[in-house]
Amino acid sequence: MSFAFTPEMWRSIFPEIGLLILAIVLLVFDLIWLKQPQMRARWLGWMTSIGIVLIMGISAGISMPQGQGSVEWGGMLRFDAAGFVFRMIFMSAAALTALFASQFEALKKRGEFYALLLISTLGMNLMASAADLILLFLAIETTSLPLYVMAGFLTRDDRSVEAGIKYFLFGAITSAVMLYGFSLMYGLTGTTQIYELRSAFQAGNLPVGLAELVIVLVLVGFGFKISAAPFHFWAPDVYSGAPTPVAGFLSTASKAAGFAVLLRVLQIAFAGQGSLWTVLIAVLATASMLIGNYLALAQRSIKRLLAYSSIAHAGYILIGVAADSELGTLSVIYYLIAYLVTNLAAFGIVNLIESRVGSDEISALAGLNRRSAGLGLAMLAALLSLGGIPPFAGFFAKLLVFAAAVERGLIWLVLVGVFNAVVGLYYYLNVLKVIYLHPPVEEKEVFPPTPAWRIALWVCLAGILLIGFWFAPWYSLAQAATSAIWIY
Amino acid sequence: MQFPILSALIFTPIVAGIILLFLPAENRVWIRRIALVAATLILLMSFVLYFTYDVSRGGYQFLEEAKWLPQFGIHYKLGIDGISLPLVLLSGLVIFSGVLVSWNVEDRPREFFSFLMFLGASVLGVFCALDLFLLFFFFELAVFPKYLMIVVWGYPKTREYGGMKLTLYLFIGSVIALVGTLAIYFGSGLRTFDLLALEQAGFPAEFQRLWFPFVFLGFAILGGIFPFHSWAPDGHVAAPTAISMLLAGVEMKVGAFAALRVGIQLLPEGAQYWAVAILLLATINVVYGAFIAMVQTDFKYVIGFSSVSHMGLVLIGFATLNRDGLLGAGMQMFSHGVMTALFFAIVGMVYDRAHTREIGALGGLVQKMPWAAVGFIIGGLVSMGMPGFSGFVSEIPVFMGAWQVAPLVAIVAILGILITAAYIFLVVRRVFFGEIPPALDQSVTDISRKDKLVIGMLALVMILLGWFPSLLTRLIEPGVQSILALIGGGR
Amino acid sequence: MELITNHLLSLILFTPTVAALVMLLLPKDKTTLLRNFALVASLIPFVLTLVVWAGFDPQPSPGVPFQFVEKAEWYSAIRSSYHLGVDGISLPMVLLTTLLTPLAILASYSIEERVKSYMILFLLLETGMLGVFLALDLLLFFVFWEVGLVPMYFLIAQWGSKNRNYAALKFVLYTMGGSLGLLLAIQLMGVAVGSFDLLELYQRWPGLNELSIPIGLPVATVKAIAFWAFVVAFAIKVPVWPFHTWLPDAHTEAPTAGSMILAGVLLKLGAYGFLRLVLPLFPAESQQYAGALALLGVAAIIFGALGAWAQNDFKRLIAYSSINHMGFVVLGIAAAAALINTSSPVALLDKNIALNGAVLQMFNHGLSAAGMFFLVGVLYERTHTRDLNDFGGLFAVVPVYGGVLIFTAMASLGLPGLNGFISEFLVVRGAWPVMTLATALSMIGLFFTGAYILKALKMVLHGPLNARWLGHLTDMTRREMMVIAPLMILMLILGVWPAWLLDVINRAVAFLF
Repeated sequence: MSFAFTPEMWRSIFPEIGLLILAIVLLVFDLIWLKQPQMRARWLGWMTSIGIVLIMGISAGISMPQGQGSVEWGGMLRFDAAGFVFRMIFMSAAALTALFASQFEALKKRGEFYALLLISTLGMNLMASAADLILLFLAIETTSLPLYVMAGFLTRDDRSVEAGIKYFLFGAITSAVMLYGFSLMYGLTGTTQIYELRSAFQAGNLPVGLAELVIVLVLVGFGFKISAAPFHFWAPDVYSGAPTPVAGFLSTASKAAGFAVLLRVLQIAFAGQGSLWTVLIAVLATASMLIGNYLALAQRSIKRLLAYSSIAHAGYILIGVAADSELGTLSVIYYLIAYLVTNLAAFGIVNLIESRVGSDEISALAGLNRRSAGLGLAMLAALLSLGGIPPFAGFFAKLLVFAAAVERGLIWLVLVGVFNAVVGLYYYLNVLKVIYLHPPVEEKEVFPPTPAWRIALWVCLAGILLIGFWFAPWYSLAQAATSAIWIY
Repeated sequence: MQFPILSALIFTPIVAGIILLFLPAENRVWIRRIALVAATLILLMSFVLYFTYDVSRGGYQFLEEAKWLPQFGIHYKLGIDGISLPLVLLSGLVIFSGVLVSWNVEDRPREFFSFLMFLGASVLGVFCALDLFLLFFFFELAVFPKYLMIVVWGYPKTREYGGMKLTLYLFIGSVIALVGTLAIYFGSGLRTFDLLALEQAGFPAEFQRLWFPFVFLGFAILGGIFPFHSWAPDGHVAAPTAISMLLAGVEMKVGAFAALRVGIQLLPEGAQYWAVAILLLATINVVYGAFIAMVQTDFKYVIGFSSVSHMGLVLIGFATLNRDGLLGAGMQMFSHGVMTALFFAIVGMVYDRAHTREIGALGGLVQKMPWAAVGFIIGGLVSMGMPGFSGFVSEIPVFMGAWQVAPLVAIVAILGILITAAYIFLVVRRVFFGEIPPALDQSVTDISRKDKLVIGMLALVMILLGWFPSLLTRLIEPGVQSILALIGGGR
Repeated sequence: MELITNHLLSLILFTPTVAALVMLLLPKDKTTLLRNFALVASLIPFVLTLVVWAGFDPQPSPGVPFQFVEKAEWYSAIRSSYHLGVDGISLPMVLLTTLLTPLAILASYSIEERVKSYMILFLLLETGMLGVFLALDLLLFFVFWEVGLVPMYFLIAQWGSKNRNYAALKFVLYTMGGSLGLLLAIQLMGVAVGSFDLLELYQRWPGLNELSIPIGLPVATVKAIAFWAFVVAFAIKVPVWPFHTWLPDAHTEAPTAGSMILAGVLLKLGAYGFLRLVLPLFPAESQQYAGALALLGVAAIIFGALGAWAQNDFKRLIAYSSINHMGFVVLGIAAAAALINTSSPVALLDKNIALNGAVLQMFNHGLSAAGMFFLVGVLYERTHTRDLNDFGGLFAVVPVYGGVLIFTAMASLGLPGLNGFISEFLVVRGAWPVMTLATALSMIGLFFTGAYILKALKMVLHGPLNARWLGHLTDMTRREMMVIAPLMILMLILGVWPAWLLDVINRAVAFLF
């Protein structure tokens, strides 16, 4: 068969091309301004952000998938609404992170940082659209390697270096295990294309034990990506060691990417084989919620608390996966959107406070309401959204996830979920209490937030509120993505 | 195009709360003014609703509907009936009183009044919601104002514990109710949260029996049902005065109301199946609450526990599932709401001046605060069901309803009344009469004019209702009729 | 004018309340204004009662037992209405109340502290008492029954003497405790019959054979329990021995006017409850337990008298005398209960006589008890002691007071020619044929009655003069004479010409029972 490039193909990877070009442009400017750190500090972040927004806009214009979507590049790439929605998620996260990073001295003048950010985002885009295991693996590595470096970016900070190395080692091991799983899949069916895998599995010539093994191996890798227990051990150290904007990016975009591939593989490759993996996912969900929430209770560092909370939230989202239904998938995507704005806001504020007080302890937030009422309210919004309280985004997100489980009769799982939500609320409220009740702590240097940071925070807050009560647009997006995954 | 009064009612406090957050923190004058204006508007609108509700037509009126998320079956739908209208009126009264009583809050009044407004909006929203999701949305909305207001402005020694306990308990209740709500949503097959549609949905009996406890108990925890009531005394006592008034006076009714709307009205067969269990728990509420109130040494705890006891009567009324009992429950929700708001207001006035709540350390306050003393006596008389006041006309139908279903409940519950009378007389005598301790003689001053207005207003309402019960029964009766129709003609 | 004549009872009932509300606005330091206002306000119901008396038809047509009836919607949701009316039993009670209240207010002119609150409470109390007598709806009855408790509690607790807090609390908790059973029984009846209207209840409750209430007990048992619930509540109020222990403390510690009203009217509420509610609603049970009731009445007569004889505190002595006198009321009621539903003309006559006696005794005791308590108060204000041993030979120092005291005491004792004799005679005459033993025993009580009254008189008025009083006592003032004179006049008139009152009572008694 002769191979010809079609316009569809190019359209299907337009955002990735755009990101690549943007990354190169940034590196060029970084070189141009090699001797002018102020120029770099002022402009690189904006350029990244605006560039991404431009790419998003143009993609929405010309790179929108049509109808049911199609498979491109010889079956490697799936060009559909799901991929599109996830791309938007990743790129928003990247844009916002770039803006938030402008508050972080050590990062903002380094062009490599932004370039790595963009490459990682590029990898995530590919992860969400991959229709072939090999491309999937490549995409995962493309995502992860920059992330390892970004985590360890502060070479003079021991904790950052430790974070980077830990992340790398953990990631490498889990990747290897996952790859083994992929190879088994190939060995069993003779193909790596997930749609063909589906046909092969549904044809029924797969012994159950082997199928389970494959799923377990694959989940090791995915579980690591989404920081689900018991593959979560890296998260607290990495989140607290890495530069705060990076932690924010990790907790939102990287997790979303992990879920994107999880959904693709489970709902498509293993479509109709729910009995093989739903229980497993439910167990992972339960473990994540329990471990995440209970360990969060004891934390004194806000970043570690957010890390454990992140693990717990992975658990909540996994409930939606365990439901193995359209509503379940929808709820996962909605949750990821809500979680994106919420967590980025939280980390952004923590970033600012860290730079002012010089510590990432919860006590650094003491009396924030008195020091800056606006920041106190912003943190209130973020914390309550994490807790699942209306009118903030987290409420409807949790409701959807639980609804998906109830619809499928997974009552015990829902009950575990709701009780964990209570525990979660407890420690979020505790932080809120520190912000509002405790006497204000002294700020060593009052850095005013940069305009970039402000804009990013306002965007996040607007998101937290809008997603919290103006559901229709986000719901429709999630619905479109779901339909794309669930075409049988 | 009819004026959307219910939306106006709910959004006035929301808008006021948001505006308040944008004001500079030092501008106390405008902060208080805006809060008062908003509270007055709410009160006026609730009066308008009271006078324009068409009793002969009954049912849900002032309907408003708009699309929200039709793909998921969520609608923005509002309406009130004879059961929720008195509660809306109650909310108006208590919010207004709460603002007046808090006039002199020193610490960050901007945040205080703003959160108070959000709490008010939440309460009004629940009462007016005709969409299950909307009801839940407003129900949960109250979580953060409650927590923050207790923890930041409450009684320093116990506020953190009391606030967290209250919030977590209520959150547990609401998430349990959420599971039940979702089950209802999926179980009806209609994929809608519209209450009116769900009322007619006709769930199978097995389904109802299984899910009724989730929904009823989940919401009734906020109503203070035994044995999940211990958050109430700790939380209410720890809270600042206006919040205690709102929490005990209105929030507990929100829980009971939601239990009625979602539990009994949507799952009537489930209600009938579980009625005996609820009767048992509620009767324990009445007697146990009264006993514990009697042994308290802290003035505010007496009131806190007495609320647990009185809410028991409301729940008994619900559980009888007959005309008299439901009527009584509706009346009692209003009467107790006003009464407990009055109580907590006066307790706050005493504490602000005497700086102690220990009964042993107080005394002779009638000489310094005669209005407060009379107000408390009136509240006390309502509390013990003395004829001539709203407590009596509320309790009688509850007892009559109980007689028709389980006479033993009536006989046991009346003990609660006797015990209440005893501790009320004792507390009144010890706190307001007798010798005034020398320390208090120096420091205690009379209450302000605004405080007197609050006391006068609330006392007048209770006296009026006691002599003219038809003021409310004309509303509640048609509401009860509709509920009985759902239960299948009543018993 | 129409408005007034059609609503006379409501006006009588609520004028005191309206006056109390108006008094809220009056300045609290203008004591003269407050006192006079209260007095005038309390005279209005008295005048209106006389109007009702004048318009009262002594020959009521059968089927129309009550006159001046008013009925309006009140709490229709639970089938209770605002229903008022009088008959020959309640009208004398209303008269007694509206007569004694102004006198008591006049007697209260010597109160100096917090006059405004005092008068307001007094007026509210009047409404409470009148409401009980006028109500023809069981729930409304209960409302007014309880309403009267609170003002009395405060009157005792705030203006009473040394041990007032204990006495007031005991009074209110005892009575409320008794009312609880009453309340439960009322609820039960309201649910079973479907209405609280007394006339409906009269018709349907006694004959009710099955209850719609899932109580699991036979109807007869339920009715018996309800009967006893009613009886206990009223027995506490009358008071019937052994439920009397609240009375000595309450009467002794109350301020003078409070005791006047307590003994003069409040005790009658209990007896009225027996007549209006217990007998007509529970005829079978009343007959069954009449003997027990009679024995309790006799116990009250004897032990009340013995208790009075043993007292050294003058006021406490009068308090026990109330128990003693109310015992006759109970005996009369018991006799009538024993003869309920009888058809033999002789027995019918006995029954009527006993009931007439009981009701008349209620009125008479109201007068004499109020008078006696007032006189004790007069003495106490001057001497600040109530101990009989402190007195002696006072007749020489305050002759007018002595004469008045003797007169009133004789009425209390039952001297022929004064009112007490008539009523006690009627009771004994009516009860003798049907409860001979009880009546005979009550005669012993009468003997002791004479003993303690004479003892009291002797210790106060006669014997050697206690020197400390010489020159320190003033005789009765004009105001005080104005209080006691109407009472004395009535005692005399009723003693020699009781027909004007007995006729009214008799019609109702003959008709209702």
